[in-house]
Amino acid sequence: MTPNTYSPSEMMIVVAARQLAGARTVFVGVGLPNSACNLARYTVAPELELIYEAGVYGARPARLPLSIGDPSLVTGALAAVSMADLFGLYLQRGLVDVALLGGAQIDRFGNLNTTVVGDYASPKVRLPGSGGACEIATNARSVLMIMRLSKRAFVRKLDFQTSPGHLTGGDARARLGLPGGGPQTVITDKALFDFANPQREMQLIECYPGISPADVQAEVGWPLRMAEIVGETPAPSAEELRLIREELDPQGLYR
Amino acid sequence: MPSKLLSMHDAIAAHVHDGESVAIEGFTAFICFAAGHEIIRQGRRELTLIRMTPDLLYDQMIAAGVARGLVFAYLGNPGVGSLHCIRRAVEKGIPRPLELEEYSHFGLVARYLAGASNLPFYPLRSYAGSDLPSVNPRIRTIDDPYGSGPIAVVPAIHPDVAIVHVQRADAQGNAHLWGLVGMQKEVAFAADRVIVVAEEIVDEAVIRADPNRTLIPGLIVDAVVCEPYGCHPSYVQGYHDRDNDAYLEWDAISREQASTDAWLDEWVFGVADRAEYLAKLGEERLEKLRPRPALAGPVDYGAYG
Repeated sequence: MTPNTYSPSEMMIVVAARQLAGARTVFVGVGLPNSACNLARYTVAPELELIYEAGVYGARPARLPLSIGDPSLVTGALAAVSMADLFGLYLQRGLVDVALLGGAQIDRFGNLNTTVVGDYASPKVRLPGSGGACEIATNARSVLMIMRLSKRAFVRKLDFQTSPGHLTGGDARARLGLPGGGPQTVITDKALFDFANPQREMQLIECYPGISPADVQAEVGWPLRMAEIVGETPAPSAEELRLIREELDPQGLYR
Repeated sequence: MPSKLLSMHDAIAAHVHDGESVAIEGFTAFICFAAGHEIIRQGRRELTLIRMTPDLLYDQMIAAGVARGLVFAYLGNPGVGSLHCIRRAVEKGIPRPLELEEYSHFGLVARYLAGASNLPFYPLRSYAGSDLPSVNPRIRTIDDPYGSGPIAVVPAIHPDVAIVHVQRADAQGNAHLWGLVGMQKEVAFAADRVIVVAEEIVDEAVIRADPNRTLIPGLIVDAVVCEPYGCHPSYVQGYHDRDNDAYLEWDAISREQASTDAWLDEWVFGVADRAEYLAKLGEERLEKLRPRPALAGPVDYGAYG
């Protein structure tokens, strides 16, 4: 691809990285989130330390990790700790500024389903389950959701609520005593959303170049709330694309 | 003291029985496939398998019909996709239905922590605003007796047997482990019986020279097995890498019960033990998995007296 064209995955990585400006610690997932966090380290968040639920603080992976428990996360890290320490002392203690999460289904308040499609007892599709997502969504100071936009994923009602977003909206999280701030943005392959309104409802704030709000609404299963001004997200810069293609993912596994 | 060293065959025969609960742990790393395959070969049945991330190993064991239940937190082929055999058991009851008991990662870690330290339960901030407690009655909410409000709790878990793989141990089971130590220590202390599987058996003096690296004391260990590459295709920090091709290949093999059965016939029932499995795999494939060294600086404990 030439510097002027880019894939939807590259756009998601770039948009997610920009969201990490100023963050000190980020709880990372494998794949696109991993590339996004590393891109942020090269660009908007040079002091960013990567935390992996496998038990790593301050990872400096020398290769693109194949899973969230890759051995390259350990070699050269600031700390390799037990998972009891990682979840208890780092996450639940409140040391995670930002976490990246995805899921099979998300609703208008940013609640996530990664458990089942259909009924729990006799599911149509058995999904992976929570893993660490429930505690990450509970405890991280803020959460960035990374998901491709589609009507199957952006649903009116979740089949199962695995991880809490803004629950029923408004101050529902605070009333339930959840320590973290909940979802802050949703990064998709077509548009960017936030929850910056009193109802803490997902709202469209930016469309990517060439995408209209109507295109976005067509992929969302409820009448979408629009920000007062829906802007256009700047395309990836030449430098952002160079870093992804040459430094972070030269083999193109996640582009 | 008599040595606790056993062959994998004898360790499984002595310590894993039909109907018991078995935890073969290790988060992405240190997953003792050699032990799981031996359990399949010996035809164990009605096991309750416990593992935070069932991974390929439990997919294989469940496809082989050893389990009636699964206690877990994340069902995935890490970095690849679904665990098709477990999905087949859950969605279609093939080869038999599977009872699920589901947690989040921290929830199951907390169960191990409670079990390991002889507490009845463990509190954690997860589960408020999640549907998980509605499908798992063991996740409950109590009122903080000191007045901070409601808090979720999970009960202690005591697996009948824990099987943990480590880099090195002595013949008593004093074990050194580094890298992603995961929940290996907690599951070992929580279990009624412990099998330690090591890449290398070392003299007790090697253990005593670096006591901070001892995660599991021989005091709680019942059997020690020396099984180099016993974790293939998962990995052991500093010894060998994950065999990612095997994880990718499993995605195709496991999609049908017939191709899964053929794989089990060839790679589990078709070999007598781990040594035969490794010979069949071939030295060339193993050689590719060896990392270059990255040594830590030495640590001075000091000599006193």
